[in-house]
Amino acid sequence: MARIKFQQSLDDLKERLLVMAGMAEQAIQRAIEAYSTRDLSICELVFRSEPAINKLEREIDQMALDLLAMEQPMAIDLRFILSVIHINADLERVGDQAVNIAVRVREMGAFANIDLPIDIPKMALLASAMVRKALQAFIEADADLAQSVLKLDDQVDELNDAAFYSLSSLIKERPELTPQSLNALIISRNLERVGDHATNIAEDVIFWVRGADVRHNSKGL
Amino acid sequence: MGVGIQVQDLNAWYGSTHTLQDINLHIPANHATALIGPSGCGKSTFVRCLNRMHETNPIARATGVVKMGELDIYKDASPVEIRRRIGMVFQRPNPFPTMSIYDNVASGLKLNGFRNRRIIDETVERSLKQAALWEEVKDDLKKKSGASLSGGQQQRMCIARALAVDPEVLLMDEPASALDPVSTSKIEDLIFQLKSQYTIVIVTHNMQQAARVAENTGFFLNGKMVEFDSTHKIFTNPRDKRTEDYITGRFG
Repeated sequence: MARIKFQQSLDDLKERLLVMAGMAEQAIQRAIEAYSTRDLSICELVFRSEPAINKLEREIDQMALDLLAMEQPMAIDLRFILSVIHINADLERVGDQAVNIAVRVREMGAFANIDLPIDIPKMALLASAMVRKALQAFIEADADLAQSVLKLDDQVDELNDAAFYSLSSLIKERPELTPQSLNALIISRNLERVGDHATNIAEDVIFWVRGADVRHNSKGL
Repeated sequence: MGVGIQVQDLNAWYGSTHTLQDINLHIPANHATALIGPSGCGKSTFVRCLNRMHETNPIARATGVVKMGELDIYKDASPVEIRRRIGMVFQRPNPFPTMSIYDNVASGLKLNGFRNRRIIDETVERSLKQAALWEEVKDDLKKKSGASLSGGQQQRMCIARALAVDPEVLLMDEPASALDPVSTSKIEDLIFQLKSQYTIVIVTHNMQQAARVAENTGFFLNGKMVEFDSTHKIFTNPRDKRTEDYITGRFG
């Protein structure tokens, strides 16, 4: 194996991105746990994790930038580094969505905990599964697995659409539940965005492995 | 204007060594085409076959068809005529050391029988301007020898010398590998400007250079052309694993 130092640097970059992925995933899980239990102390954990995620995002970007400048990567290496830069940004935004959810949960704490016509845990499970699968595809350089993530996004979108209609109706029927309904709607939207970020990550894995750009429903041209 | 080159079933030998095997390739007119590959892969032999320099070695021979436009360069013209129409720039600048800058640039013209002073003056000026050297040497054209220039200037003077005889194709065999980054950048800018008038083929070990200057790139390995495609495709997503291994530095 030639270019030992460069290969080691690529491995380091991948490892740091997986640490970032672990932190972003944990933030989402905690935010959903906070929603399910209405435990504000868990919201605090989510808030505290954000600076660390941001710091890691900058660190990974710097590593990628250094490799581009110092090693002049080509072909699959170039695509890998470009994908890492994109995935890094998506993971940071997954972390942001976790913070947004935690903010909403904290808001909801001021109101009665009522049953709402929306299955947030189910959406969260789906969106988290998408992120996990996309990252698994990244770890294994498995474009087929990444492709399967793209199909899951429709399910999350459908749940988000259903939440919009059911919560809009609830607001009309019972205006006094508007604050809880709006907060739940925003959380639903946040989870839908998590699904979008997972989709982006999967598309980046496909680009890295196959050299095909499948974003925006393009056919890899 | 440049003219395209069509290569069909080109084979070349040095003695019993089969250095080029069944090369088929179209080099489009007015484009820069880069040839990359490890040392000894055959890329320099290939360009030397394009202007019949290969056959100057007594143990070398070549078979196949090389057409410049409609002209079969091995059948329809003499080697001298071909070398006028297909100019060549080498790795190391090779000025005639005792000649002035002016005489260096004019040497090809004089060899081709031009005697009209005014035409030679105009051609030397035009060629030096095309080679982006005129402003630097115009006051010392006949005073300074070609060898007194810096390496980068000498190389641009050699390019001017090649352009002076009005070629249609310019072959460049590692034209910047002996130059510093500033001179390299000037040569690359020159390639960019010259390709609107000439067809350029550049052999390079510097893959970033190929990526910067060429629209198309061919990868040679062990006397064969493994892959030829747009430079963009070669450097971002090559078809052949051997190309990828080479350009990512994992070769061997």
